[in-house]
Amino acid sequence: MKIIVCVKQVPDAKDVRLDPVTNTLAREGVQSIMNPYDQHALEEAVRLKEKHSGEVVVVTMGPPQAEEMLRQAISFGADRVVLVSDRSFAGADTWATSYTLEQAVKKIGNFDLILCGKQAIDGDTAQVGPGLATRLGIPYLTCIQKVREATETGLMVERMMDDGYDVVAVNYPALLTVVKDINEPRVPSLKGKMKAKKAEIIRMSAEDIGADPACIGLPGSPTKVVKVFPPEARGGRSVLTGTLDEQLDQLVEKLIPFL
Amino acid sequence: MDYFLSEEQQMIVDIARQLTDERIVPIRAELDAKHEFPRQILNEMAQADLFGVPIPEEYGGFGGGCFDIVLTVEQLGRGCIGVGTAFAANFLGVYPIIIGGSEEMKQKYLPDVASGKKFGAFGLTEANAGSDASGIQTTAVLDGDEWVLNGTKQWITNGGEAQIYSVVAITDRSRGPRGASLFVVEEGDPGFSCGPKEKKMGIRASSTTELIFKDCRIPKDRLIGRQGTGFITVMKTLDLSRPGIAALGVGLAQGALDEAVKYAKQRQQFGKPIIAFQAVQHMLADMAIGIESARALVYSAAKHIQAHPKDMSKASAMCKAYATDVAMKVATDAVQIMGGYGYMCEYPTEKMMRDAKILQIYEGTNQIQRNVIGQELNKEYS
Repeated sequence: MKIIVCVKQVPDAKDVRLDPVTNTLAREGVQSIMNPYDQHALEEAVRLKEKHSGEVVVVTMGPPQAEEMLRQAISFGADRVVLVSDRSFAGADTWATSYTLEQAVKKIGNFDLILCGKQAIDGDTAQVGPGLATRLGIPYLTCIQKVREATETGLMVERMMDDGYDVVAVNYPALLTVVKDINEPRVPSLKGKMKAKKAEIIRMSAEDIGADPACIGLPGSPTKVVKVFPPEARGGRSVLTGTLDEQLDQLVEKLIPFL
Repeated sequence: MDYFLSEEQQMIVDIARQLTDERIVPIRAELDAKHEFPRQILNEMAQADLFGVPIPEEYGGFGGGCFDIVLTVEQLGRGCIGVGTAFAANFLGVYPIIIGGSEEMKQKYLPDVASGKKFGAFGLTEANAGSDASGIQTTAVLDGDEWVLNGTKQWITNGGEAQIYSVVAITDRSRGPRGASLFVVEEGDPGFSCGPKEKKMGIRASSTTELIFKDCRIPKDRLIGRQGTGFITVMKTLDLSRPGIAALGVGLAQGALDEAVKYAKQRQQFGKPIIAFQAVQHMLADMAIGIESARALVYSAAKHIQAHPKDMSKASAMCKAYATDVAMKVATDAVQIMGGYGYMCEYPTEKMMRDAKILQIYEGTNQIQRNVIGQELNKEYS
């Protein structure tokens, strides 16, 4: 089974602050980490490989510094890592990013499965995974919490819903985005870390992947950020007390104004 | 302080630290409360290749030395020395094979230990043979192609959890210490069983049981080395393993200091954080001095042992006695600084203080360590 995992380097949420004047992320001095959801996607890919054999290729679009994260991916069990990097990718929104990744995936070649994190913790859009699948013309399933079964031809998975989960079957090739419940990522191994140190990073530029300059980076991004602001603090909460009947009465009173 | 670790050593530290912070710390209180063996954590440590650290490369390990294992267990000790003890005792069980075992024996057992598939345990102590190993009652008698073992070992770490046991038994009582031999006993051997888990003051995540041999028959080739070399191999094994115990002490003390400083910064009394009071500052400073000097001694001793395998005893005994005394003192002081909170099970220092005590007792009491140091001094100046 050949699996491609898309990962993104994001600022460590523990350190992130908003610049109070510009309302943009203050990224200076903030450590970068692999997007936590992508870490779960990578772990699932490695587990599938360990069980069914195959190959895990990790790809990221990002600046040269993303190399460190890709080496980390090797230590977690990735076989090959691809850094899609070019100055002309700067300023890409999810539309341009999914185009760039599509081109990169086509360059990487045959695959059975693409795994992505549900969303990145910086942009929080959850659009790149589905966007990539749509561009590639393959089915996608989002918010996967469990891979029940993997066969020669496809997967049986659980898709997390608000009120439970769906069990869905999908044939290869397909793209899944995963939630944190799917697994607990491993601690990297000593062999993995040693391998990571020496691993070759496959680099691809805009030209290498045959990208149309009009479709990448800022020129290829229709999204314009008009304003960024921190959300209003949520309203207060109240705890109802008394017997169950008393609590229900109070609840009804509280709900009536909203009807 | 920067100890200028190599890239590989730093990798070992990073892995062990991450495992400790992410896997051990969150559940250490629960393991302690339930006396639960940390099988899942040990499996993850195996997956991270930590079990291979001290095993020679030709048997599937990394060929690391005493210093590499010290770096590993120091991190584990910071989280929980119960888990650290379960990990370290594994090597206590297989060092005799590495030191004295035949090539076939090494091929048979070491790869499974390096991969974490099998755990080791070491059976020396008995009811009447603790510090004085000459009181060993367990016997082994050759009967045709088999050794027949009889006797009971006491307080054996990893008992009931290990698959490979290095066991000391008397093969010729008339020869005193030269009449002791070492054997490999495997889980499931006929006539071999483990007693119930002992209830302990601390390190409750580790398993401690009796090993019971009732006409336990094992193949002839389970003898480690030659007959009568058991005692020498045991001494070498302990010389090699004690820096690991010392490192557990350094780790535990570091964990206790971390908690104490964190608490002292946030605990307000008389209108300021208690770290602003000199009485508290001086206690913390002494804890830090103790830890750093213990760490420096343990690292130096471990490197010395790696470089001078024939001159291990004094360095090994010094670092064990010193670092574990520091651990007891620091853990006690951490509880003192945290006052009533420190004494409550809600905070980790109470467990650390209970755990620390065993470090001064097992793998040779700290009094025995001082005997060893004294005897070595006597030899040096003769």
